[in-house]
Amino acid sequence: MNKLQYFLIALFVMAGITYLVRMLPFVLFRKKIKNNFLKSFFYYIPYAVLAAMTLPSILYSTNSIYSAAAGFIVALLLAFFERSLLFVAVGACIASFIFQIIL
Amino acid sequence: MNGKSTKKSYIKQGLKDGLPIGLGYFSVSFAFGLSTVTAGFAIWQALLISMTNLTSAGQLAGVTLMATFASFVEIALAQLVINIRYSLMSISLAQKLDETFRTRDRFLLSAFITDEIFAVASSYSSINRTYMKALAILPYFGWTLGTLAGAVLGELLPAELVSSLGIAIYGMFIAIIIPPAKKSKSVFGVVIVSASLSCIIHYTPLSKYISSGFSIIICAIVTSLIFAAIFPLKETEENENE
Repeated sequence: MNKLQYFLIALFVMAGITYLVRMLPFVLFRKKIKNNFLKSFFYYIPYAVLAAMTLPSILYSTNSIYSAAAGFIVALLLAFFERSLLFVAVGACIASFIFQIIL
Repeated sequence: MNGKSTKKSYIKQGLKDGLPIGLGYFSVSFAFGLSTVTAGFAIWQALLISMTNLTSAGQLAGVTLMATFASFVEIALAQLVINIRYSLMSISLAQKLDETFRTRDRFLLSAFITDEIFAVASSYSSINRTYMKALAILPYFGWTLGTLAGAVLGELLPAELVSSLGIAIYGMFIAIIIPPAKKSKSVFGVVIVSASLSCIIHYTPLSKYISSGFSIIICAIVTSLIFAAIFPLKETEENENE
């Protein structure tokens, strides 16, 4: 399998699953989920997924673990002050870039 | 919305409600396009992902997994786990659709159920299909055009900058999880526990047996099960979720 084939199949899998989780309940279900355990589980899932994807991978996302750590800290600070997604992402990049130039 | 409203007024209201979502999506997907291209993907690939998925966290996860040539099973499970919340939104919205909704409208419009479109649509007691089509169109274009703009910029940047851009995608993740973690102790706990589990798997011999894709799925499910059992949502948090 070449890179293009891999991409196209992966894209189909991604889009297919994402569509099915939206479409099936929209077409089939009419009643609300009352179970608070399930509601809570679904509520927590996105945060758990993103946290697990961020650590420790973020530390290996640039040339050096130190510049990545600098970007990580800046991202945490900007996010804490509730900046937009783009602002936080660009801020993290600039911080790690400056760190790479200085050291 | 009442039954006397004309089709034109539904379209007008939908576009009006969709415009701020579309503008917001432009900036989010701009970052997605930028980080996807700097992760080694072509512009058309970033664009195609956005046009067929319309989901921020799912797309970011998908690109991260694809970049490491993860198995299709991992990609499918990751999408399922991340996007399963849309099933809840779909179930909730499905009860509010009015008699104008035909089955084929349900098949079409379900593709556009995002956190924000859901939030706006569910603020009405009854949802008309013309309204929902109009509501979806500007967010969709904002999402697609933002991706294109970000991807083109990513291609133009000098190589030295690209290395530090690898962190962009994680900056976005942090921007998504920190604000709710500030407001809710249980979300804060979920973030800490899930990230800790992920580090434990990565830095111990467990990583020999668990690929990075499955590690994410395991961390997310275990953490969410624990917190759903010990810290179930109160009414206010449920409403925020919807």
